[in-house]
Amino acid sequence: MISVKNLSKSFGKKLAVDSISFEVKKGEVLGFLGPNGAGKSTTMRMVTGYLPPTGGEVLIDGVNVSEKPISAKKKIGYLPESAPLYSDMTVSSFLAFTGEIRGKGSAEVKDAIETCFLEPVKNQSIDTLSKGYRHRTCLAQSILHDPEILILDEPTDGLDPNQKQEVRNLIKRMGEDKAIIFSTHILEEVEAACTRAIIIDQGRVVADGTPDELKSKSKSAGAIAVSISGMAGSGISSEIKSLPDVSDVIELASSDSSFKGQIIPAKKNNSLSEGVFNICKEKGLLLQELKVEEGRLDDVFRELTVADTIIEEKPNSSQS
Amino acid sequence: MYALKNISIVYKRELKAQFNSMLAYVFIVIFVLLSMSLTFLLDDFFAPNAQDASLEFSFFRWPMWLLMFLAPAVGMRLWAEEQRTGTIELLLTMPISVWHAIVGKFLAALSVITIAILCTFPVVITVSFLGDPDNGTIWGGYLACIFYAAGALAITCAVSALTRSSVACLIIALSICFGQLLIAIPPVLEYAADNWGGGVADVLGSLGTWSHYTEMKKGVISLANIIFYLSMIGFSLFLTSVVIKSKRS
Repeated sequence: MISVKNLSKSFGKKLAVDSISFEVKKGEVLGFLGPNGAGKSTTMRMVTGYLPPTGGEVLIDGVNVSEKPISAKKKIGYLPESAPLYSDMTVSSFLAFTGEIRGKGSAEVKDAIETCFLEPVKNQSIDTLSKGYRHRTCLAQSILHDPEILILDEPTDGLDPNQKQEVRNLIKRMGEDKAIIFSTHILEEVEAACTRAIIIDQGRVVADGTPDELKSKSKSAGAIAVSISGMAGSGISSEIKSLPDVSDVIELASSDSSFKGQIIPAKKNNSLSEGVFNICKEKGLLLQELKVEEGRLDDVFRELTVADTIIEEKPNSSQS
Repeated sequence: MYALKNISIVYKRELKAQFNSMLAYVFIVIFVLLSMSLTFLLDDFFAPNAQDASLEFSFFRWPMWLLMFLAPAVGMRLWAEEQRTGTIELLLTMPISVWHAIVGKFLAALSVITIAILCTFPVVITVSFLGDPDNGTIWGGYLACIFYAAGALAITCAVSALTRSSVACLIIALSICFGQLLIAIPPVLEYAADNWGGGVADVLGSLGTWSHYTEMKKGVISLANIIFYLSMIGFSLFLTSVVIKSKRS
């Protein structure tokens, strides 16, 4: 549905997006991750045809956005980053306007108002709305024409936890028969709603995969958290260290009769749990807890995008 | 058909926005009040030997100066506001071309100004009642006003696309309109003819708005005048589209 090939954008000398390529198929929800200024919004603006790319191309259902912008834009619903709205209009007249441009009538407007829970404010002027309602009004505008492709730039920004949950569920539900790209800072959102995620840093794709694949890239992935009692903590620790393929054992809370800690394997996807279990069986110890860590998305995020944060921090530390 | 439909949707929204903000009413009222009071108070409309039932030298002397303010005031928000609030991103990702938006917005603002101009009709009733006006001259006067306003508004559109601040747009557009008017007033043309030669004076006269306005208000609707205004509008709107496109690349 969405095919992005070697997409680049430079503003003057600054390269904001550097040869990004990815594809989103129908039924996929792609999460866009990255630090502020990584090029997420710029990429989305090029996909929606708002910004012309400096290089590369965007195909929407096989239609090149730069060559046939109008027919490409018909297929897209777009929620821009700050959810801009014509504040002099009421919610329903604004939705009627966007619907009319897209050839839709009052039935679709009514549906969109219901889907986005705008019923209580539909006749209210937009400049009197709270941030959550403003955001949902703009979201309603993007789904009103039931587009095949949805581009949502930070759709849960400024919403309260309940509203965030509603929007996530909405995205997940719509993702079943649409191609969706959404950007976010909230990593748990990616796990909750995405079928695939891309991490962008300094205009480049640094990771691309399902949330599980990304998590397995983190350092803690494959580590085993254990809690064992029946012997001195140091003794248990050295027993575990003697197992093959153990790279490190981190003691978190040990006492004379128990051990709690994390075992880091030498190789990923190498299950040590059987070895730990055998130790317990031989020594007659009580295995209270054993859990293989899946890895954490925010670890991966930090590892892949940390370089530029350090550069930013340096001048501050020299000042202080 | 398709283009017309899109233009009319943008037009309707923009016209509503103009009247929703109350500013349109304020501008219309100020324009009508000022053009009436200038006519009746400053001119010798009521002088014993006044013979200007066709309004050429009284009423139609003023609108140009007023429209020079009114057109930038009505048009200043057209694109500046879209850029300030970010709604331009919404508008330009909808399945319409930039031209549909430009023309729709331009026509909506022109409608507000045209309404303001037409609201001065009581003065026509007055002269019809008092004397025996030459209707051709009156029509010419109104056409001169509308064409001039359209030209000034098109310039405002282009300036509005350049900036996020409507106040900056107002000041810049007003200066341009004022400058374009001044280069063709008789003293400037005489000076140019004396010092730089007749050719320069001719060029200034044909580029400036003064000469075209005064000719039209006499009831002389020549092809040259209409072509002048149409090319001024076309060029300015083209410039608007260039600015909008180049700002994004």
